[in-house]
Amino acid sequence: MAPTHEKIRELRVEGITKRFPGIVACNSIDLTIGENEILALVGENGAGKTTLMNILMGLYQPDEGKIFINGRPVQFKGPADAFAAGIGMVHQHFMLVPNMTVAENIALGLKESHRYFRLDLPGVKKRIAEISERYKLPVQPDAYVWQLSVGEQQRVELIKTLCFGARFLILDEPTSALTPQETDELIALLKRMASDMSIIFISHKLAEVTALSDKVAILRQGSIVFKGTTAGQTAAGLAALMTGHEVVLPRNACIDGYGNDCLVVQDLYVKSDRGFFALDGVGFSVRSGEILGLAGVSGNGQKELADALAGLRRVEKGRISLMGVDLTNRSPREIIDAGLGYIPEDRINEGIVPSFSIKENLILKDVASPKFSRGAFIKSREEAQNAALLQQQFDIRCSSLNSMTGALSGGNIQKVILARELAREPKALIAVYPTRGLDMGAEEFIHTRLLELRAKGVAIFLISEELDELMNLCDRIAVIFKGKILDILTRREATRPTLGLLMAGIRQGAEKAAVEG
Amino acid sequence: MKTSTRVAYVSLVSCVAALAAVGIGAIVLVILGADVVQTYKVILTEPLKDLFGITEVLVRAVPLILVALGIAISFRAGILNIGAEGQIQMGIVSATAVALALPNVPKAILVPLVLLSGAAGGALWASIAGYLRAKLGVNEILSTVMLNYIAVQIYGYLLRGPMIDPAELQTGSGTPQSMRLPRSAWIDRIIPGTRLHWGIVLAVVLAILVYIFLWRTTSGFKLRAAGASAKAARYAGINVESSLLFAMVLAGAFAGLAGAVEVTAVHRRAIEGISSGYGFSGIVVALFGGLHPGGIIPAAAFFGVLLVGTDMTQRILSIPANMVSVLQGAVILSIISAKMLINDPYAMEKFERRFLHFKGQPVGQRAEDEESRKNEAKR
Repeated sequence: MAPTHEKIRELRVEGITKRFPGIVACNSIDLTIGENEILALVGENGAGKTTLMNILMGLYQPDEGKIFINGRPVQFKGPADAFAAGIGMVHQHFMLVPNMTVAENIALGLKESHRYFRLDLPGVKKRIAEISERYKLPVQPDAYVWQLSVGEQQRVELIKTLCFGARFLILDEPTSALTPQETDELIALLKRMASDMSIIFISHKLAEVTALSDKVAILRQGSIVFKGTTAGQTAAGLAALMTGHEVVLPRNACIDGYGNDCLVVQDLYVKSDRGFFALDGVGFSVRSGEILGLAGVSGNGQKELADALAGLRRVEKGRISLMGVDLTNRSPREIIDAGLGYIPEDRINEGIVPSFSIKENLILKDVASPKFSRGAFIKSREEAQNAALLQQQFDIRCSSLNSMTGALSGGNIQKVILARELAREPKALIAVYPTRGLDMGAEEFIHTRLLELRAKGVAIFLISEELDELMNLCDRIAVIFKGKILDILTRREATRPTLGLLMAGIRQGAEKAAVEG
Repeated sequence: MKTSTRVAYVSLVSCVAALAAVGIGAIVLVILGADVVQTYKVILTEPLKDLFGITEVLVRAVPLILVALGIAISFRAGILNIGAEGQIQMGIVSATAVALALPNVPKAILVPLVLLSGAAGGALWASIAGYLRAKLGVNEILSTVMLNYIAVQIYGYLLRGPMIDPAELQTGSGTPQSMRLPRSAWIDRIIPGTRLHWGIVLAVVLAILVYIFLWRTTSGFKLRAAGASAKAARYAGINVESSLLFAMVLAGAFAGLAGAVEVTAVHRRAIEGISSGYGFSGIVVALFGGLHPGGIIPAAAFFGVLLVGTDMTQRILSIPANMVSVLQGAVILSIISAKMLINDPYAMEKFERRFLHFKGQPVGQRAEDEESRKNEAKR
């Protein structure tokens, strides 16, 4: 398909159907996006948003249905065809080479800059300068990608897509890794860009949808359940449409029933994989029956802190203790046995063994305990009974408890992990991004369980980047920035703006800064 | 997806894979100028025609089963042991040394002792690679392959020097081989006049024990967890490093045992070339058997047929017995390709729609299916 430079005034899909084994990912979807419109495409995980967009990008062929641009039918045999037609997509996970400069990254996909054995970098830089001028997207072409913040990398992705000649933008969950301030900037930017092109904005953050989009389409289980203008819709109304039922995320009433200090971390220094100190004197304590949140943009030391608490990363200096027992630099086994529960960040690779059955994953930590073993042998009956019981208690939805855990949905995998950890009756629980990427139904379930656990007197340390999650659940919120805890706020002090500023490393109030040096 | 569909799909893919393996072999045979049909007929039927052939197949299957069991354990634990060949040779050396050193010990004690020392020799050799991987992160594929070369040299040196049969020195022929083992160290033959020995029973019993170990014991559970997802295992408090080392020791023990059985039951003295590639064929058998004892036994029998069959083609049709290596390679390629297709749910979905529910399909679909069919053919 030859590249055209015609403006895309209308993109229309008709009756798009795509089947995958066992499911219909898209079920005869009709959508129209007009000139200069921003359409928000909303839906839970697995609702079919990404499949639909991959069809628009030529990555998948629809089983049925057609795509029209400006009223003419088009067929995309691959991403190159979609590019040629002017459709550009910014993926949720950035497609950049970290050890190349911005200009080099853009030149990679820009065919006209490849002149036999030479690369026309000056030409690429000129193109970048034009685009960045036109859309007010500041970027340094000679900076290496690894030096850039997540927000800056996203700008590079946008410029890259525009340099390739995109006249129609698709953004897949663009705000998932941004700070609140960066999100606001992105929304303002997209609004400016909409004067020039149409945009499809995929998200499940409903506040952003109402702030940005003109029209909204809601997908549920592969079908469109709502199409209309955004004006007049509320976030709660959209949530109900998205999940099919009223969703009320539970809130922590913050009633004081706190016990003694349970999980105590003092002056912790931990190195990152690259050898510098990722934690630079971190200290906090969580009381029994309290939820302490840790807010921060990811990459500020959360991973290293979580690893150190689980015994998987060496503590250089400082102390970790649980109920007065010193756990500094103990083995993971000793830490587990001391009563620390853990919901890891990467639920598929760290939380479960994906190829193991659900039954097996539920006893992953306790296979050698007297409850599940006699001598060298596993008690198969107890293993099965345990699984059946936990399946009921935690509403784990699966065809069989013998089936592979890795094949479950993200929410169900998280339920398996939660079931295993809670069944061990921990004294304290570390939850690292426990609802990341989960739909609202699963989020509601996990939040409810965490609050129940709090009421039972367990100390919970919740690492998250979702301010709503933190403000709903936590008694206190600590903010981490570049390996230091900038401040610990009570629930009353913690507002969106104060947390946002702290997450960006800005400490409010001169006195406070002076006191802490 | 219905189970019947899945079964149909898997069997179709398996059949195509088997045909592909046969096809690759056929290409080589055509280049050699051989009669393809005749050759395959000899390879696959000749060994099973008489008692001699069948017992020979089983004799070959014994070391293959033993080695493959060890490979299955190590691969399941996440360590790719390519060093069975060297471990076999170390097992032979240890078993021979112990048998020759204690000729007067009664058989009931000496045979188990010799077998155990063979296992210990293999285990010790394997533990070098296991230790390097667990403590220093040295890639086990490199280290085991390199240790194979070292083992060959040590084996050759011992048979030419310290362990050579003094008779060879007296007669001056100098064949690199040890003294004949004392009768008290022999594993007996089951059927007189054939070479079939009691090692086959040992191999089958050990296969059952390995199954119980991997799927019924806590250490097997931990070992499989560490192999399937080292990260998750670490989070669950499993010591992945010691699990790697343990698995490697077990794998080496099985390979060493295979060597000890070969020397005490078949050759009765250490000679050069005794392992005859069982260390590598064992890997193929383990993969072909799905890294599961229940699959390894039939896979070993099948490869036993191939080994004996290609020997026979050499005699009957004068086609080099090295043909077996070609067939092994073809089988590995086919298994790997078939696994990719079997684990690709999307390919399975397409198969289902195309062949089983072809009627209700819209016409526009045909062209695309044609294209994907071509793509699949390329794979």
